[in-house]
Amino acid sequence: MAEHKQKRQTPTRRDEETGVETDDAPATSESGEKLKAELDDLLDEIDEVLESNAEDFVKSYVQKGGQ
Amino acid sequence: MALPKVCGIETEYGIVVRGAEGNPATASSQLINAYVAGIARDRSAGAVTWDFEDEHPATDARGFTLDDALAPEVETTLVNAVLTNGARYYVDHAHPEMSTPEVLDAREAVRFDRAAEEIVRRSMAYARSILSDGAELVVYKNNSDGKGNSYGCHENYLMARATPFGQIVRQITPHFVTRQVFTGAGKVGCEAPGSEPDGVAYQLSQRADFFEEEVGLETTIKRPIVNTRDEPHCDPKKYRRLHVIVGDANMSEVATYLKVGTTAIVLAMIEDDTLGDDWMLANPVAAIRRISHDPSLRATVRLHGGRSATALEIQWGLLERAQKYEQSHGLAAVGESVGADVLRRWESVLAGLESGGDDVADIVDWVAKGRLVDGYRERHGLAHNDARLKAIDLQYHDLRLERCLARRAGLSTLVSDAEVESAITEPPTSTRAYFRGRCLAKFADNIVAANWDSLVFDIGDEPLRRVPMMEPTRGTAEHVGALIDEVTTARELIERLGA
Repeated sequence: MAEHKQKRQTPTRRDEETGVETDDAPATSESGEKLKAELDDLLDEIDEVLESNAEDFVKSYVQKGGQ
Repeated sequence: MALPKVCGIETEYGIVVRGAEGNPATASSQLINAYVAGIARDRSAGAVTWDFEDEHPATDARGFTLDDALAPEVETTLVNAVLTNGARYYVDHAHPEMSTPEVLDAREAVRFDRAAEEIVRRSMAYARSILSDGAELVVYKNNSDGKGNSYGCHENYLMARATPFGQIVRQITPHFVTRQVFTGAGKVGCEAPGSEPDGVAYQLSQRADFFEEEVGLETTIKRPIVNTRDEPHCDPKKYRRLHVIVGDANMSEVATYLKVGTTAIVLAMIEDDTLGDDWMLANPVAAIRRISHDPSLRATVRLHGGRSATALEIQWGLLERAQKYEQSHGLAAVGESVGADVLRRWESVLAGLESGGDDVADIVDWVAKGRLVDGYRERHGLAHNDARLKAIDLQYHDLRLERCLARRAGLSTLVSDAEVESAITEPPTSTRAYFRGRCLAKFADNIVAANWDSLVFDIGDEPLRRVPMMEPTRGTAEHVGALIDEVTTARELIERLGA
């Protein structure tokens, strides 16, 4: 398990070395908000494009078994 | 040193006829014929039929042949086309299927897998223009209909014949069972034999429910985690082709990249005998389902010797071995720069999954789909087994741009549109697929048959000429590019190849 923890830290170290962005706490909650807003938009879009009769669509989606 | 991990992806797609009556085998033929006729019309290029000389799906890697155990895998009356990008586009059972050309690394595998999607999309458009009013063929890149019927997305990797098959089975199984934490495409409900359909609300993998054996030759029933089909499509004394049937079809480019990239590295380690048996599972079939059925990723599975581990712990263990392997052996077998990038991303996807998954919603299909399913369920106060959630599951994989939910889910991309566009018509440059594709583009009228390891030419009054391609890494742009550029007839090509 100890080795496992040490691993988890590695990505952050690498990111610092290469100067690629590192997430600090405020950024995380900010991106969390952004994610939630995006998800809300996405759910609106699903309402628009989802097959109108979901029950029939799901029932009629039958495939022959393949490989 | 490990052989180059020449690889490819074969995808069987789901197909539905809308607005008309139709059976799936006919619909699959119509789809592919529509494409072949469509591109011929658009570019006046021909298509060439497949040659079955080299097909031996009943040969078992464990060293015996099952003569009557399998129905013929491919019905020769059905459509079979070889494309100028080196791919094979055909009807298998009742599904349209595309096999990408052979490529040298995971990034190229992604590029040609994406090209396959685009070809299917164009096929749907061509079919719409042929079919009667309003009728439509709709193709889904998934692996299950939610009713117990599954169809596959297979990977193939070149392996040295000298590596004992038993060692491959033993050492690749832990990866095949646990890689689903980042390769799983997500599924609403459960189809495992003997389980209640609603017994699992949401699971990691489309395919895990369908695996009933650890190792075997079957692909359509009692599916094994390691498939033993021994049909190398190249020099059988030197090589084998590991035929991998355990994966999901991914909508996420990065997931496909990780699926192929990590597997190629693990196989290279097995070939170089550096992996060892640390992560052998006590019961792989039970483990693959247990892991799939637990999106919290906390479930543990039993290892040989009595220990238990989570899928993530096993993946961290494999990654650590891979990082050591990079130090000791290098990653030439999987492409140095692609291999190094795969290792970086492998580490970061495991870290992201461990910290709750939100960080990898743009990479891992089951996480991306799960957000849609959960979000929609919460917004509308739905039960876990509501048909709308199952519809979201299916529609995530709908290849029509206007309906596809995966392309709305904010997935990261890896290859550019231009790279995909060129892969629709042009072969990869670094394998024998280059020779196949270029010859088909330039001399289609003279090629009477093609398969993975040969082309058959008709150059006029003489007997047909078979050009064997038993070495997957010969026939590349470097080897034959200039020659194919220079010659103006197939006869000249054959003469100069023989010279």
